Amino acid sequence: MSDKSIGIVKTQYFSFAEPPAALQLQSGRHLAPVTLTYETYGTLNNAKSNAILVCHALSGDAHAAGFHEGDKAAGWWDDMIGPGKALDTNLYFIICSNVIGGCMGSTGPSSINPETGKPYALDFPVITIEDMVDAQKHLIDFFGIEKLFCVIGGSMGGMHVLQWASKYPDKLVAAIPIATALKHSPQQIAFDEVIRQSIMADPAWLGGSYYEHGQPEKGLAVARMIGHITFMSDQSMEEKFSRKLKNDNLSFQFIDDFEVEGYLRYRGYNFVKRFDANSYLYITKAMDYFDLSGDKFMPGIRKTNIRFLVISFKSDWLYPTHQSQDIVRLLKRKHAYTTYFDLNSTYGHDAFLIEIEDETRLIRNFLANVSLD
Amino acid sequence: MKIDHQIITQIITENAHVLDLGCGNGELLSLLTQKKNALVQGIELNDEEMQKCVENGLTVLQGDIESGLVDYPDQSFDYVILNQIMQEIKKADFVIQESLRVGKRVIVGFPNFAHIKARLTLLISGKTPINEALPYYWFETPNIRFLTIQDFIDYCRKKSINIEQQYFLGKANLVKFLPNLFALNALFVITRHDYDYKQR
Repeated sequence: MSDKSIGIVKTQYFSFAEPPAALQLQSGRHLAPVTLTYETYGTLNNAKSNAILVCHALSGDAHAAGFHEGDKAAGWWDDMIGPGKALDTNLYFIICSNVIGGCMGSTGPSSINPETGKPYALDFPVITIEDMVDAQKHLIDFFGIEKLFCVIGGSMGGMHVLQWASKYPDKLVAAIPIATALKHSPQQIAFDEVIRQSIMADPAWLGGSYYEHGQPEKGLAVARMIGHITFMSDQSMEEKFSRKLKNDNLSFQFIDDFEVEGYLRYRGYNFVKRFDANSYLYITKAMDYFDLSGDKFMPGIRKTNIRFLVISFKSDWLYPTHQSQDIVRLLKRKHAYTTYFDLNSTYGHDAFLIEIEDETRLIRNFLANVSLD
Repeated sequence: MKIDHQIITQIITENAHVLDLGCGNGELLSLLTQKKNALVQGIELNDEEMQKCVENGLTVLQGDIESGLVDYPDQSFDYVILNQIMQEIKKADFVIQESLRVGKRVIVGFPNFAHIKARLTLLISGKTPINEALPYYWFETPNIRFLTIQDFIDYCRKKSINIEQQYFLGKANLVKFLPNLFALNALFVITRHDYDYKQR
């Protein structure tokens, strides 16, 4: 693994669909105007053929690599992106943008509704993964990129990858969906519903119109705690926490005796500081609606030349291996030459962000053998 | 170059679409890419072998051989290769039949259990044969079945499978005389009986 960082980076803004234009949404509604925050690393070559679009997961953002001025923590996939790394900024031009519906600068429920001058809250239209990808497409067009060299992402980001391949098959050379699925299973929808209910059950949620009063902190923290349980595995929790106590003795009170409790509380309450509760509702809904199973994937295409690298992780029970194998199965039917790897890891769903050594080796070698046009 | 790889490389036509089941580190597929400009897909289970395949620029799916074939449409590949895996798979008949569905031609390579040294070892010393083609002790062998050249020919006859080409291999050369006695390995190119390859 390389320790080299891309260094100081800055988030940029791209706005489109200024009225009377609008971004048409799957729900039949539309959004105007639309702003996307994004970051880029590396240099776009003259032929504009070396661009890689990185798609983030549920709570991710455009800040995938490097450091913001004054920050100690690097972007969320800094292990993957940088000079000499798997997504090598010496070779590729990396783009990462925050999804619509998000709260990291792209237009979402916490953005100002131009019609009212107040945050959208629940007046924000329900959006889909396809809507998010359509918005990304505007950004790619803005760069004048005719064909992306690769679209890559894990979890919800993997859904974006599949949606790109399905909707814009001529616009990408390679696709790397990681730890993802063609559709949410009832189990995944169930977790998302409990997550949404815990936000909406907080009296401070106020039907979504809480922006003048502050976040529904308790509900959002519990929602995130549930999420974190699903991101880990039985084994990784055992290794990380076992039954270790925070203090030496049991308190015989309802406080966080165990380290795992302290961890979840810490994660939950930290999340409240950085993530909008309504965005959590909108994005989980978009993931639940996503369904590219069967004939819905790459409709009308009998044969594809897109080079696929599908990756799953053995201990991931939130997006289990069989869901990635379902993707591979559809690709076989499309005569796609596909590389699929079920990587060893004990980290559960988090593995795609943590189990970096095998993953980067695989991605680096895969991309090295896909020729730049 | 290994003699079986050499022969398979000769068999396969230019620009062919090839599926190799149990492709290992991709040595054979790399050869086919270089020498025949073949479009190749491998299926392999082992993690490290998989990584090596990707390093060598091969497309390879992680999975077992039995389930690897099922989702491919009929006649997706010009060749399906089953080299040195027949003795290791559980559902041999199913895999051969599926390979014949998915591929226009199937190349099957396996060690010949009826080689004279194997026969003599069993007859004279009463021990499980160990030789160049069957190099393992009973307690460490990956082989779960043993077959001979004659067994395979009988099988093809019984299942109405057409044997298009056959090669019998010694240590470093081809065996012409009494192959079931003197060949260490065999390579067969088989097609479906109802498949007229000249038409395609």
